[in-house]
Amino acid sequence: MTYLRKFLNKALLISSSFVAVTLYANEKTDYNMPVGVTEVSTKIFDLHMLIFWICVVIGIIVFSIMFWSLWKYRKSKGAVAADFDDNFWLEVGWTVAATLVLVYMAVPSTQVMVEAYDDAEGEINILVTGHQWKWHYQYLEDDVGFFSNLSTSQEQIDGDMPKGEFYLREVDEPLVIPINTRVRFLITGNDVIHSWWVPDFAVKQDAVPGFINTAWTNVPEPGIFRGACTELCGIKHAFMPVVVRAVEQEEFDAFIAEKVALVEAERMLTSKVWTKEELMERGESFYATNCSACHQANGKGIPPVFPALEGSQIALNDTDRHIEILMEGVQGSAMAAFGNMYSEVDIASVITYTRQAWSNGENGDGVIVTPKDIVDYKNKIDL
Amino acid sequence: MSTIVETHDHGHHGPAKGLTRWLFTTNHKDIGTLYLWFSFIMLFIGGGMAMVIRAELFQPGLQIVQPEFFNQMTTNHGLIMVFGVIMPAFVGLANWMLPMQIGAPDMALPRLNNLSFWLLPMAFGILISTLFMPEGGPNFGWTFYAPLSTTYAPSTVNFFIFSVHIMGVSSILGSINIITTIFNMRAPGMTLMKMPLFVWSWLITAYLLIAVMPVLAGVVTMMLMDINFGTSFFNAAGGGDPVLFQHVFWFFGHPEVYIMILPAFGIVSHIIETFSRKPIFGYSSMVYAMASIAILSFVVWAHHMFTVGMPLAGQLFFMYSTMLIAIPTGVKVFNWVATMFKGSISFETPMLFSIAFVALFTIGGFSGLMLAIVPADFQYHDTYFVVAHFHYVLVPGALFGIIAGAYYWLPKWTGNMYDEFLGKLHFWLTFISVNVTFFPMHFVGLAGMPRRYPDYALQFADFNALISVGAFMFGLTQLLFLFIVIKSIRTGKKAKPEVWEGAGDLGLEWTLSSPPPYHSFTVQPQVK
Ligand code: HEM
Ligand SMILES: [Cu+2]
Repeated sequence: MTYLRKFLNKALLISSSFVAVTLYANEKTDYNMPVGVTEVSTKIFDLHMLIFWICVVIGIIVFSIMFWSLWKYRKSKGAVAADFDDNFWLEVGWTVAATLVLVYMAVPSTQVMVEAYDDAEGEINILVTGHQWKWHYQYLEDDVGFFSNLSTSQEQIDGDMPKGEFYLREVDEPLVIPINTRVRFLITGNDVIHSWWVPDFAVKQDAVPGFINTAWTNVPEPGIFRGACTELCGIKHAFMPVVVRAVEQEEFDAFIAEKVALVEAERMLTSKVWTKEELMERGESFYATNCSACHQANGKGIPPVFPALEGSQIALNDTDRHIEILMEGVQGSAMAAFGNMYSEVDIASVITYTRQAWSNGENGDGVIVTPKDIVDYKNKIDL
Repeated sequence: MSTIVETHDHGHHGPAKGLTRWLFTTNHKDIGTLYLWFSFIMLFIGGGMAMVIRAELFQPGLQIVQPEFFNQMTTNHGLIMVFGVIMPAFVGLANWMLPMQIGAPDMALPRLNNLSFWLLPMAFGILISTLFMPEGGPNFGWTFYAPLSTTYAPSTVNFFIFSVHIMGVSSILGSINIITTIFNMRAPGMTLMKMPLFVWSWLITAYLLIAVMPVLAGVVTMMLMDINFGTSFFNAAGGGDPVLFQHVFWFFGHPEVYIMILPAFGIVSHIIETFSRKPIFGYSSMVYAMASIAILSFVVWAHHMFTVGMPLAGQLFFMYSTMLIAIPTGVKVFNWVATMFKGSISFETPMLFSIAFVALFTIGGFSGLMLAIVPADFQYHDTYFVVAHFHYVLVPGALFGIIAGAYYWLPKWTGNMYDEFLGKLHFWLTFISVNVTFFPMHFVGLAGMPRRYPDYALQFADFNALISVGAFMFGLTQLLFLFIVIKSIRTGKKAKPEVWEGAGDLGLEWTLSSPPPYHSFTVQPQVK
């Protein structure tokens, strides 16, 4: 008897703590689904809350009957068991009731689904490509694009430095889109499957190699929106966030103009005559953003998964293979084919850099590779 | 039905001595015991991996392990818990209880039974050994999506494939044995619709296993070909389709999740009727519900793939079919509650675990229903919300079912009552820690934390710390369970044949002595 009272008290305590945690989480809106900023995301949020409350109501009904029975018909109070074991109409009744509730849920779910699913062309179309482990954005109308890398430092991750406010949610170059414009994303993967998620737009779409998925959004207000990769894609799955900056149309136009100009400038650079120092300087910064995550800043890599570059025979004495690896990648490894992702200047400078850096300059042939060498390589392959 | 069936001792029929008893045994109880101990050991190995995961996630930043090892931990934790804990534990319970519940002396195919068990240590020996190889073990998640698990996998993936094949063979052989036993060895008078619900649940589960384990074998074989023989089933560059992998995997995978819950439905039904002292409400609707869950489970697989890029009609179809499963699932919950209603209820440890099962499994069913709503799933998918969902159905669901069954039948197996005080202590510590661990995951997921992340943004820190504390408490508490089990094997109040008050009328197993004779029923009982 006293034991039972204790039991029921506990049951009460426990169920109220479930409710308390839920309320706390709802109160602190960071712990509920974000309402988001688009029409679709708002509708999805409302749908989520509707289904949630339906579940809560069903839960309250079922659990109160159950706990009340446990309390009322406890043996220690002398309850004697009835011996019915079936009731046809009751079975039919609750089956029908459950079906009706489900239909009630299915109607709005279908409506929202039809609205979210729409692959008509956008006013702006952006090709989003998942790479191990960064996102590439290509503006199809203007034919400009760039990579977006995690900008949180390794020191913060390793705990050698205090973590910043946007720890693991910041990138060197966010995707920029104009507000009040229908933007369509064409999403694909370069190596393994990734998934591109921006909670505030309620857009989550897998980036599957060889296939192009579509998603769209129309953002009504400027702001910075942060998301993540949500399909396990290897070691740095947690380190390739998505950041989208929504801006006014004028700012967007300026952004694109600047990008177009940059591409022009880059083309000019290819024909320029480069000194070793210029290549080294450019190569070092390129290495830091694009290579050091795997091969490490000190060139020692993380063997056996990521080979060391310092002392590697290829980096010391085999220029042709060095160029080839950078251009074509290594099948089945995280080493991607950078040839069609970066400019000739970038590729040449990073090769030059890795042939000079650390002890490689002293121990190897120290050959300098120029953008022209890369252009020559491309021409040779095209033949 | 309280007569004790006498044991015939023909001399050569007792257990052999020493190690050979376990190596060569064809006895259903010995094999059941092997399965149960195997899964218990794997529970601690897989649990240890979970502790590594939670230790790393206790705080943001990388402290204990590097992402590469973290991925190996999540992958192997999942594989071991699914294939090495839940499934073998259910097979162990089936081995012990099916012959006793249907009035048979043993399983129909005893040598096959021995083989099915001994394949398992080999399979898991191979799997776990990969962790010690230079390239490390599987690191692509328990769902091993291609091409991460093919083109981009460590070469140890071949061991993983071999190991999955062996597990599959073991499950298929076990299922053939169970089906054969149920169809051929029931006591006279035990018609199908008089079979105990645990027997029914296993009959249906065994059919599911036979249907889907070959699909799993097929998908890993396709991987093997892609990796070693130059085919391109899942390689887009060669004209293949990475999404095909997911369709085939989940065609196996969704029935698999029901394989992991149906036997628990059976166990819990017996326990609730025993401690409510009232026959199960709606026996036949319970059977139909399980059968319809099993059939529906073949047409819902793509609800795991709502973000993969399916046509609208596909998304809607899989949404509706998934919602449909909630109906038979709900019916089962209603029936359990109706069984308690107007009963005469006492709260021994198995009953406590079963009540918790009904309540917490239902919470898992609710989150499942939410996940079925496609547009909402765009936000939930691959976040901790999904992790919360499947842990609610698998831990306080499947695992609680197993633990409840263990307490319920331990006195029958060992002849000794377990320590009721310690059992209740075990229950309360487990109940509290399981919720501290998994309930907050719903909110971490809604707030946007993706799953399979070794490191996370700062706003998730407080709940993650709480989750880790709960997880450590849960892990430690299971050592208490180990202690209770060992204690009841060695000492304890002697158990009567019926063990639980009034259970003598509930099933044939309670008419045998505790512990039961080595060959359960040497004379078939008559069922009225
Ligand atoms: C009312 C019944 C249920 C419904 C409607 C349901 C629905 C779902 C849905 C839609 C997902 C996919 C979520 C996503 O990835 O976005 C899911 C995942 C999952 N469910 Fe359920 N579920 C139910 C019951 C169960 C049961 C009984 C089990 C096992 C005992 C289970 C185990 C799982 C597992 C393991 C996953 C995750 C697999 C993974 O991605 O690793 N579910 N469920
Ligand atoms: Cu499923």
